[in-house]
Amino acid sequence: MSSFLGYLSSRWDNLLGLALQHALIVVVAVLIATATGVSLGVLTYKNERAMNLALSVTGIFLTIPSLALFGLLIPIFGLGLTPTIVALVMYALLPIVRNTVVGLRSVDPAISESAQGMGLNGRQRLWRIELPLAWPVILTGVRVSTVMLIAIAAVAAIVNGPGLGEDIFDGLGRIGTPNALNLVLGGTLGIVVLSLLFDAFFVVVGRLTTSGGIR
Amino acid sequence: MIRLEKITKRFPGQSQPAVKELTMEIPEGEIVVLVGPSGCGKSTTMKMINRLIEPTSGEIFLEGENVTNVNGDKLRRRIGYVIQQIGLFPHMTIAANIGLVPRMLGWEKRRISRRVDDLLEMVGLDPTTYRDRYPKQLSGGQRQRIGVARAMAADPPVMLMDEPFGAIDPITRERLQNEFLRLQTEIKKTIVFVTHDIDEAIKMGDRIAILREDSRIAQYDPPERTLTNPADAFVENFIGSGASLKALSLARVSEVDFADWPAAEAGTNRRVLREMVLNSTRGSVLLLDERRRPARWLTVWELDSAGSLDEVGSRATSIVEPSATLHDALGLIVVSYSGAVAVVDETGAYQGIVELDAIRARIAEIRAAARERYRAEPGAVRAHTGGRR
Repeated sequence: MSSFLGYLSSRWDNLLGLALQHALIVVVAVLIATATGVSLGVLTYKNERAMNLALSVTGIFLTIPSLALFGLLIPIFGLGLTPTIVALVMYALLPIVRNTVVGLRSVDPAISESAQGMGLNGRQRLWRIELPLAWPVILTGVRVSTVMLIAIAAVAAIVNGPGLGEDIFDGLGRIGTPNALNLVLGGTLGIVVLSLLFDAFFVVVGRLTTSGGIR
Repeated sequence: MIRLEKITKRFPGQSQPAVKELTMEIPEGEIVVLVGPSGCGKSTTMKMINRLIEPTSGEIFLEGENVTNVNGDKLRRRIGYVIQQIGLFPHMTIAANIGLVPRMLGWEKRRISRRVDDLLEMVGLDPTTYRDRYPKQLSGGQRQRIGVARAMAADPPVMLMDEPFGAIDPITRERLQNEFLRLQTEIKKTIVFVTHDIDEAIKMGDRIAILREDSRIAQYDPPERTLTNPADAFVENFIGSGASLKALSLARVSEVDFADWPAAEAGTNRRVLREMVLNSTRGSVLLLDERRRPARWLTVWELDSAGSLDEVGSRATSIVEPSATLHDALGLIVVSYSGAVAVVDETGAYQGIVELDAIRARIAEIRAAARERYRAEPGAVRAHTGGRR
């Protein structure tokens, strides 16, 4: 234990750098996945077949083991940042698409009907009524994806991707040497801390962006 | 004001059209009620007026303008729409809910704010208390008031109401109906009102259109004419056996003659009272108090008894004003001690006594007169379906 604490105090700047990289790739991937996923949800939620197709495809992405997916992307995207982001986005899609679709479809039909009866066109209904009402559910989807990505991003090290995975894989590759365990523990601790921070961030964002009428 | 010309709606996959070649004119400033059994097409017909449901064929005219093919959303901003489940937007404050259409129409903020306050007062809710509340903080009756206010926000000339009070408890419903009728005397909008409840139709409508199961119009008339001259057996059955009873709510106590019933001022001698009853054909005398208000009904038996005049007999509680309906008067007579009601003016002072026979006679008069009147004059407003008639 004391050796781990000693390790932390001497290498904290390195860990911090890796953690920032880790956070950054997750943020970028979540932003791309949110833009893509919410758009996909908005485009398909009214059509049963299109919706199911979108959910199936994004669901299949999730079933591919992360080690395998990162590996499979090497011949296409090479090593480093690109395959990392691509893989992370693929994983993040399902929770976001599914929650977008569920959120939009759970809007009370009476509300949509009265909005249409008042003369709001499709676009106005979507932006002023349906999306704001679906927002808490959509945000939850983004939150779930984010926490999931923070863990999965550790595997990115296998394609030389940035982040805390680098230390973890480094340590795993050197099992038996004195510092190996510290490397793995340090990386893992960083991931846990990042998870908690992001989760708390989403709680705050949720409270700030959700209308008082639907809290 | 609103004219429907041979409106037809055929839903895909159905052999029979839901609405077939319906032609109907809705006069300006009137409440027209569409009523009929479930599935008769009354909601479908109403929704074709604001084209929430697009007609398969036929034309719609609004204030003379053919709106069959204009932009539906723009059309709907000119028509108020109230539904049974209300559909307030939960994520918006009451003020934002009401102000939505004016905001979309580009009104300036201050005008919208003033309009919101005016409307809240119109529907009986204090603006400062309710402007910034959310729908979830309101009761069902309050929410529907907001629903009505929201529909009136941009001051549309026409309002469509689809069973607006259906989801409200009966006590609040009656209050809302009365308040809405009072409101209509001020705003005088053209209103199409759908309900399955014939009593609500009679109460609310200036004109009632009764639709059959196949969406044909069985009768389209003011309620008095429908009640006294039902067009066919279907209409009679739909009104139900209480048609005469329902007609009673359209007539007032002031239309009935007072009975030749003995009534006496306060302080009249007991013996004189006794003689008044014996000399009349009625069973009791109505004793007034010092302020000429009805106090007690007294029979001969009670006058002969030992108790003081303040205690014997029964207290006069069956009391109405001349503006009350015969329906209310009848209700009181049925539970009264004497079989009659006392009529008072607005200060409570005695005017006369109305008994059951007189009410019955009045009903017969109304029916006879109505039959004569409507037989002589053809219907002023067109309505028919299916190309016939």
